[in-house]
Amino acid sequence: MQYRSLEILVGFFVSIAIAALFFLALQVSNFSALKDHGSYAVKAHFDDVGGLKTKALVSMAGVPIGRVTEINFDAQNYDALVTMRIDSRYNTLPTDTSASILTSGLLGDKYIGLTAGGLDEFLKNGDTIDLTQSALVLERLISQFLFNSSDKSE
Amino acid sequence: MNIFQVLGQSTLKSLAKLGRGSLFFISILSGLGYVLKRPNLLMKQLYSVGVLTFWLICIAGLFVGMVLGLQGVYTLSTFGADSSLGIMVAASLVRELGPVVSALLFAGRAGSALTAEVGLMKATEQLSGMEMMAVDPLKYIIAPRFFAGFISLPLLAALFSAIGVIGGHLAGVELLNVDAGAYWSQMQSSIDFYDDIINGIIKSIIFAWLVSWIALFEGYDALPTSAGISRATTRTVVNSAFAILLFDFLLTALMFGAN
Amino acid sequence: MISIRNLTFSRGNRKIFDNISLDIMPHKITAIMGPSGTGKTTLLKLISGQIKPDSGSIFVDQQNVTTLSRSKLFTLRKKMGMLFQSGALLTDMSVYDNIAFPIREHTHLPESMIRTVVLMKLNAVGLRGARDLMPSELSGGMARRVAMARALALDPNMIMYDEPFTGQDPISLGVLVKLIQTLNQTLGLTSIIVSHDVQETAAIADYIYLLSAGKIAGQGTPEALNTSESAWVQQFMQAKADGPVPFHYPAHDFTSDLLANKKQ
Ligand SMILES: Nc1ncnc2c1ncn2[C@@H]1O[C@H](COP(=O)(O)OP(=O)(O)OP(=O)(O)O)[C@@H](O)[C@H]1O
Ligand SMILES: [Mg+2]
Repeated sequence: MQYRSLEILVGFFVSIAIAALFFLALQVSNFSALKDHGSYAVKAHFDDVGGLKTKALVSMAGVPIGRVTEINFDAQNYDALVTMRIDSRYNTLPTDTSASILTSGLLGDKYIGLTAGGLDEFLKNGDTIDLTQSALVLERLISQFLFNSSDKSE
Repeated sequence: MNIFQVLGQSTLKSLAKLGRGSLFFISILSGLGYVLKRPNLLMKQLYSVGVLTFWLICIAGLFVGMVLGLQGVYTLSTFGADSSLGIMVAASLVRELGPVVSALLFAGRAGSALTAEVGLMKATEQLSGMEMMAVDPLKYIIAPRFFAGFISLPLLAALFSAIGVIGGHLAGVELLNVDAGAYWSQMQSSIDFYDDIINGIIKSIIFAWLVSWIALFEGYDALPTSAGISRATTRTVVNSAFAILLFDFLLTALMFGAN
Repeated sequence: MISIRNLTFSRGNRKIFDNISLDIMPHKITAIMGPSGTGKTTLLKLISGQIKPDSGSIFVDQQNVTTLSRSKLFTLRKKMGMLFQSGALLTDMSVYDNIAFPIREHTHLPESMIRTVVLMKLNAVGLRGARDLMPSELSGGMARRVAMARALALDPNMIMYDEPFTGQDPISLGVLVKLIQTLNQTLGLTSIIVSHDVQETAAIADYIYLLSAGKIAGQGTPEALNTSESAWVQQFMQAKADGPVPFHYPAHDFTSDLLANKKQ
């Protein structure tokens, strides 16, 4: 084979493969969502995170606006301290915004749902969300249910 | 000969081979400068190692993706979760199947060819002949082949995953009517660029190193006879497969085991 | 030019060379002869540093090849040509490219100059017309002549021919014998020929070593060997079937070997 046509074929191969890499980054993964804008960190205390993981979505009205970056145990309050980064585009969340840990679908991933409050001050980098609702843990729900029904039967 | 003696002997033999293989690998690395100065050698090998494996990878990727799409829909729809099809297809492809299956195919298609070629060059004294012309076969023959394999396989793996995701779309969305929006948006929100894509690429880079190294060393170390070369070729495919699966396990534990 | 001292080399349990010493004179043709399997090819490989001896030293151009580093060895080999018994042509290049290969690797000559050199070398072995053939399209004798042209490509000052005459028709044999002689005389090459063709070799060699069973069985100028009193040398030089030269690879007694079969 001519060296020239060999070069062309190799060039063809390499460029298609690089296009595939770009496709994976841009179409298959969250790469395009990651980079665009800056973000700011917000903290929240939860009594029970119940299987929430880092990188879990933070959403408001069902639209993803950020991600969980850290989950730590707070040894002073004996609860969980969750740090999340919110996209800087959404920098007008009221300070009395509440956060709850929800589940997508019956068996799906845990995520944090934010519900806007009514104040005029906005959350800034490093602020803490005070109103939180923990994850629903199935076992606890069931035992609560049993407890209540046995109370009634007495 | 008792069993301990056999065990001891084969351990020593394997260790000796590993030692020779490591030295061999170091000499390949020292050939990098030579390869950079002679891009036409690399180009020829990129053709025979990469381009000739291209179609195999495309077709295999397409079918693996389509099978994942079909199986995924059947399984997920039992839980009413077929909107997660995109996540399932893409995660299995970029994390596991892309790197692993393309490496296995690469070992069978390109690795065995490299072993046979180098082994035959040794048997026909072409390597010695080159040494006598003061041309180092490790630099002229081995190094370009190694780097061509090392470059090609990660590219082929990316190609495999990308085509597989499209195959999953064809089977799941076009054929079984999963919602196209759900397929792609769920995938995009769940597949993490660093955790999934980059880790998958790191895997395929390590497999590329393993397969190219094993294939070339088996050829270079082969007994210069027809039986010797045939055994070396078999060993390339078998040992590469073992190495790929073992390293895949270790890497998966390391990358995804943490959380 | 080359001096070998107390060389010992074994393959497995078999001693191929047992403490031999020999010298190869510069600008002369030295022939190495001996029964098949005595280690003539092995000797050439030892001289060129492709394999290392068990003990002893091999000096080429005052450098001990047994201890030379890889890069020094390669520098030395640029001045050494070797014709392999098998030819060892690179099978994925044409005849032309095979001969151009060492020139392209070691010099920065322009292609036009390389072409001149290659065609000259090919012409010398009578294969200028075969330049575009691939090695797989050559006959055994042709391949060997191409290999010879390639060994000469870098104009070495020392060249080793491993059985250059095997597989040549009487005419090309005559041409090759003359070529080796002319190269030696006009360019002052140091040549080592391994060959079984006693007549042809004796006609051009300045000195002959006869190897047998790991030892030097005889040495001298062709005239001296032809008139030697040793029965061994006589038998080899006259190619007689009977005599002390072993035809067999070392083995047990034939009858006991045959009978051993029955006992099993
Ligand atoms: N790679 C090898 N491994 C083991 N033994 C070998 C090897 N190469 C050669 N031998 C042994 O070394 C001996 C010498 O081999 P060599 O090729 O040097 O013989 P030679 O004199 O060139 O014979 P011929 O005239 O037939 O070419 C042979 O008896 C052979 O059995
Ligand atoms: Mg020989």
